[in-house]
Amino acid sequence: MTIDRILVIAESNDGQVLPASLELLTEARSISGKVDAIAWGKDTASLAAEVGSYGAGRLFDVGDIGESLPGPYVASVIATIVNSENAPSIILAPTTYDCRDIIGRLSVKIDRPVITNVVGLDQEGDTISSSHVLFGGSQIATAQFTGQMPWIFVVKSKTFTAEPSNGQPAEVISMQAGDLGTTANASIVSHHVETQSGPKLDEADVVVSGGRGLGSQEAYSMVEELAELLHGAAGASRAIVDSGWVPYSRQVGQTGKTVKPTVYIACGISGATQHLVGMKGAKNIIAINKDQEAPIFSVADLGIVGDVHQIMPKLIEAIKGLA
Amino acid sequence: MNIVVCVKQIPDPADPPAMDEAKGTLNRNGKLIMDDSDSYGVEMALQLAEQAGGGEVTLVSMAPNNETSGLRTALAMGAAKAVLISDEALAGSDALSTAKVLARSVERVSPDLVIAATESTDGYTGTTPVQLAELLGWPSVTFAKKISIADGKVHVQRQTEVGYDDVECPLPAVVTVTAGVVEPRYPSFKGIMAAKSKPVDQLTLSDIGLEASQVGAAGAGQKVTSVEAAPQRASGDIVVDDGDAYQRIVQFLQELKLV
Ligand SMILES: Cc1cc2nc3c(=O)[nH]c(=O)nc-3n(C[C@H](O)[C@H](O)[C@H](O)COP(=O)(O)OP(=O)(O)OC[C@H]3O[C@@H](n4cnc5c(N)ncnc54)[C@H](O)[C@@H]3O)c2cc1C
Ligand SMILES: Nc1ncnc2c1ncn2[C@@H]1O[C@H](COP(=O)(O)O)[C@@H](O)[C@H]1O
Repeated sequence: MTIDRILVIAESNDGQVLPASLELLTEARSISGKVDAIAWGKDTASLAAEVGSYGAGRLFDVGDIGESLPGPYVASVIATIVNSENAPSIILAPTTYDCRDIIGRLSVKIDRPVITNVVGLDQEGDTISSSHVLFGGSQIATAQFTGQMPWIFVVKSKTFTAEPSNGQPAEVISMQAGDLGTTANASIVSHHVETQSGPKLDEADVVVSGGRGLGSQEAYSMVEELAELLHGAAGASRAIVDSGWVPYSRQVGQTGKTVKPTVYIACGISGATQHLVGMKGAKNIIAINKDQEAPIFSVADLGIVGDVHQIMPKLIEAIKGLA
Repeated sequence: MNIVVCVKQIPDPADPPAMDEAKGTLNRNGKLIMDDSDSYGVEMALQLAEQAGGGEVTLVSMAPNNETSGLRTALAMGAAKAVLISDEALAGSDALSTAKVLARSVERVSPDLVIAATESTDGYTGTTPVQLAELLGWPSVTFAKKISIADGKVHVQRQTEVGYDDVECPLPAVVTVTAGVVEPRYPSFKGIMAAKSKPVDQLTLSDIGLEASQVGAAGAGQKVTSVEAAPQRASGDIVVDDGDAYQRIVQFLQELKLV
């Protein structure tokens, strides 16, 4: 088996390809000269220039799926591509809600296994090794496919750095999903946006996160205020997401976002291994925790042992004073 | 309303298993417990069945060595019965093999709804439930933070990047739930006693009509090639707050030219 074509799932939002998909297009073109993308939505063709500039030669267009969930449609189209002369050797998908749905269905349709939670890909000739974080980042495992292509990898965001290659707009190829039976019968009735201003959590240069040590939902406003002053994004530990203080979209860690900002400020977060895997890649880490023994201090460049309620208000005032 | 809940039985995360470096798989010989992530699904199913005014909650699980301790916990919470598939040929199963086994088990119960967790604590591929839905030929709604049932449809608040979507889906369907969808109950003493005599249908691969070559390590098509210690991050300055430690943070941010 030789590595030939690579197909990247180009998920988009508001007419823009997600950074996580652009990262995968960048990686794909370093592995193979033949990169294709697949997208769905109202005006997919308008994405051709963007995916092309990141190296995709062709863009398979699933078309407008209305208010349906994309999983069954996109999986069906990819299965068609896999069974054609355009069959990819490798399929790369970002770790998003919809892409996991797509890949789960695809895996059954073409009877291929999937490797998920990928944080690195290494090519050696015609083999690809994927790396994975185990036990909260204390160990790194590498894995390989042993069976037939296509090999499907679901990759965590920020694993690669997106860089445009100034390629031509991709050639758009319209595709039609096959018979989906009842699998596509779920539909979105309404969208709810829980307002979030400022940069996105996984793209921000500064991330300020809060944990159970804040003591109450109200105290999270200090985290938001500090994040805003630093033109950053506000994040959270799972403990306060599960408690309903903040939406899941703010969660950093194994089952939340992976962030790699210039500076990460952890406020009242203990530093459980599942949290650490999501933020250990930050260039600088500052932690405030009243427990000197908290594991977060083992990764902090600057650790302050103290009470968030004492320290954060003074910090916020001091930064306001500098502005 | 008959509901199946997928219950994964896993090693206690507080006492994690070692990686068997020779085999490249996790050592799963100790006693297993119910994955905490599935306790939300069990509770949700019990509440939905109750609101529907009847019906049973059945558990399905694939686990080594006929392990039932995790299932007993869910039975003690109130589930009526369980289907357990255990077979030596299942060792080393990936998500797709697991889904094939679960699909055959669900077909034996033919429920109106299957609930699973968004992802398991030890495997966290998050793909098994959707693979299961595709094998059954059913729709699926993942990442539910709220579920209700009305007019033969399941209504789900599905988490998104920016908030949530209200999603409507006809039954039968597979729904995956996040932590926080409901607060799981603690089994009562009475529940624990009752669970001891609830039926657990223990099956092997041949009972569900699957071949050893289709599942387990034989069907996995992937292998772990190495496990190494990750590079450690060195820790830096630790300062005990004397009232002015915030200035150290300001200084640090100034050095990075962020303020
Ligand atoms: C499968 C699985 C996946 C998980 N995924 C994630 C994930 O993606 N992200 C994640 O974050 N967690 C995840 N967790 C949960 C994780 O194990 C921890 O439970 C969680 O991160 C703890 O959150 P916390 O640090 O806010 O709370 P705690 O662990 O309760 O820590 C609170 C900290 O605040 C400090 N504190 C208390 N009061 C103050 C004060 N006044 N001032 C300063 N400090 C104070 C305490 O000393 C303590 O260290 C996962 C767990 C499992 C099992
Ligand atoms: N062996 C299993 N037995 C029962 N349910 C399972 C099993 N494996 C996975 N599941 C279900 O599928 C969910 C997602 O698992 P995973 O794909 O491992 O993240 C789990 O949380 C369970 O609800």
